[in-house]
Amino acid sequence: MAQLTYRASVSLAIAQSMRKDQKVFFIGEDVGAAGGVFKATVGLLEEFGKERVMDAPISEQAILGAAMGAAMTGLRPIAEIMFSDFLAVCWDIVANQIAKTRYMSDGQINIPLVIRTANGGGSKFGAQHSQSLENWSMMIPGLKVVAPSCPSDVLGLMDSAVKDPDPVIFYEHKSLYAFKEEIEQTDISIPIGEANMLHEGKDITIIGLALMAQRAKEAALILKDKHDINAKVIDLRSLVPLDLQTIKKSVIETGHVLTVEENPRLCGWGAEISSLISEHCFKNLKGPVTRVTTPHVPLPSADILEDNTIPSVELIVNEVIKKLKGE
Amino acid sequence: MVDKLNDDIGEEKRLRLWEMMLKLRLVEKKAYDLFLQNLIKGTSHLALGQEAIAGAFGVALKQGDYTFCTYRGHAHTLARGSSIEGVLGELMGRQCGLMKGKGGSMHLTDVDKGVMGSYAIIGAHLTIANGTALASKYNKTNEVSVCFFGDGTTNIGAFHEALNMAKIWNLPIVFVCENNLYMEYTPIHEVTAVEHPAADRAGAYDLDKIIVDGNDADEMLRTAEKVISKAREGKGPSLIEAKTYRHSGHSRADPGKYRPDEEVKDWMENKDPIKNYRAKLLDFNINEKIISEIEEKIKDQVEKATEISMASPIPEIKEIYTDVWANGGSEWHN
Ligand SMILES: Cc1ncc(C[n+]2csc(CCOP(=O)(O)OP(=O)(O)O)c2C)c(N)n1
Ligand SMILES: [Mg+2]
Repeated sequence: MAQLTYRASVSLAIAQSMRKDQKVFFIGEDVGAAGGVFKATVGLLEEFGKERVMDAPISEQAILGAAMGAAMTGLRPIAEIMFSDFLAVCWDIVANQIAKTRYMSDGQINIPLVIRTANGGGSKFGAQHSQSLENWSMMIPGLKVVAPSCPSDVLGLMDSAVKDPDPVIFYEHKSLYAFKEEIEQTDISIPIGEANMLHEGKDITIIGLALMAQRAKEAALILKDKHDINAKVIDLRSLVPLDLQTIKKSVIETGHVLTVEENPRLCGWGAEISSLISEHCFKNLKGPVTRVTTPHVPLPSADILEDNTIPSVELIVNEVIKKLKGE
Repeated sequence: MVDKLNDDIGEEKRLRLWEMMLKLRLVEKKAYDLFLQNLIKGTSHLALGQEAIAGAFGVALKQGDYTFCTYRGHAHTLARGSSIEGVLGELMGRQCGLMKGKGGSMHLTDVDKGVMGSYAIIGAHLTIANGTALASKYNKTNEVSVCFFGDGTTNIGAFHEALNMAKIWNLPIVFVCENNLYMEYTPIHEVTAVEHPAADRAGAYDLDKIIVDGNDADEMLRTAEKVISKAREGKGPSLIEAKTYRHSGHSRADPGKYRPDEEVKDWMENKDPIKNYRAKLLDFNINEKIISEIEEKIKDQVEKATEISMASPIPEIKEIYTDVWANGGSEWHN
């Protein structure tokens, strides 16, 4: 039994995949000698050498292009985009090339690669280094979208992502890098597309992802202790593929749903979930699906501004109470 | 004047090159005819007039090598040995097409032949071609990756990112800029800081400045063989700029009126790679009967392939939902 941080689980997960399969290599900016700007890849260069851990120039298109080309030949690259915000400068490679090539080639080409990237707010880095961009990739056919909320999920989902024959974008949450968990077994695999129940309850279903899943769980503990409300908390773990069955089952039991998203409101993933729930569980609903999101603004930087922009535990608690007790 | 005594290419290879270029020319012409008959929908970008470049590389490359081309890529695909009906069928949206109609004219792909795709967003494929080259280096195998693109492509960021990466990692790759003097409708010199859009940038990446007459098939072949060998021997990437000209407009919709008549006439009449190569073959005392027999053979192949394509069924509607994922389907939730 060892205590592992989310940060350490990233480098361990990559190392485990690289030990198992010679086809796996790792490429990114400052990832090797420097160990990554978030220190999430420390030790990889020392263990695997320069041939498998490649420090790349500041060329996001060239990094993902090279990863894609290598994947086309059957290698299994893991490419890092330092901040998910930088996906914007290589979005052509992601959205037009990596996502569509299998389809356009009528299945001649597989692209088994992983793009891992530091995502999300909480660090007061301002609007260009703090975004939660899972929904950008969710809307592109051909991309799998994973966002782990704890160290064991990092280990298990990375294992599956690397083995997956399709491209996976792996969003690591910056504010979770210091998150600790007791872990018995590190070499684990968690299938992509299976949501995780973080808290059981019968009164309401709260659906979250990454940091928001953890906050939803904290909110559920408070709701139970102080307000006698029992919430189910679903950590989606991945948006594509989506575990709709788990959502449906839960909504049938509770009849109330709250989604918690870190992204701005418009076209956030909660909108799709809400629409699916109204299609599949309309008769089971006791009220409208509520979406808690950041407002439709770029993320501000100052402590008080950022803290009041991203959904907090307190906000989730209050929204649930408002919803169930009309307060 | 040709130097028959010091002929480094030889009759056998010259005839292969002739056959290759002619095939590219006649298939493109057929594609044009099929447009006019409205049998090909969508857009299409013909490489008429630029056949010596794809043709020379087609002859110089080995099986297993990787090529990447643009939306103007019918010729480059055929040059690797893809079937004519595979190409025409794809243009016509038939089941016999290389991708059964899923990709279309701008995305021809034939992995078995090393055709790793045709790319329609300017610049992207230079970075992706680095990836297959990186794989060869990683696996310690000796394939060469070749990436074709236009003059206009030298002004997008991906070009510069790709060249830098290829150089720092000493990748086995050849970048081939086909300078046909225009990026779409604009003369390249009006929008480019240097005279030779690719070659003048080579020095910035510590690469040799290589300019070649892209309409001289022999010169193209020599250059292709040289840079391919260099890459295969582990001596790193090359960037070549081949001067050429497209005979037709940029795409199907373009009559090409922005080009001066005199310029077009000069390239069509005096610098046509096919016309000039035929004359060269005769200069080398190659029997005209052999040359004509090849012409007849290719014409026949193109006609037969056209018939096969026209007879091929259109795709089934259920194809829409296949092959998004490696499991063959398109489901995104359980
Ligand atoms: C990123 C991007 N910008 C613009 C276009 C539209 N476009 C298609 S072809 C083309 C001209 C490209 O010129 P060049 O690289 O010289 O190639 P050529 O067509 O002459 O072979 C343009 C601007 C595009 N496909 N992609
Ligand atoms: Mg051009």
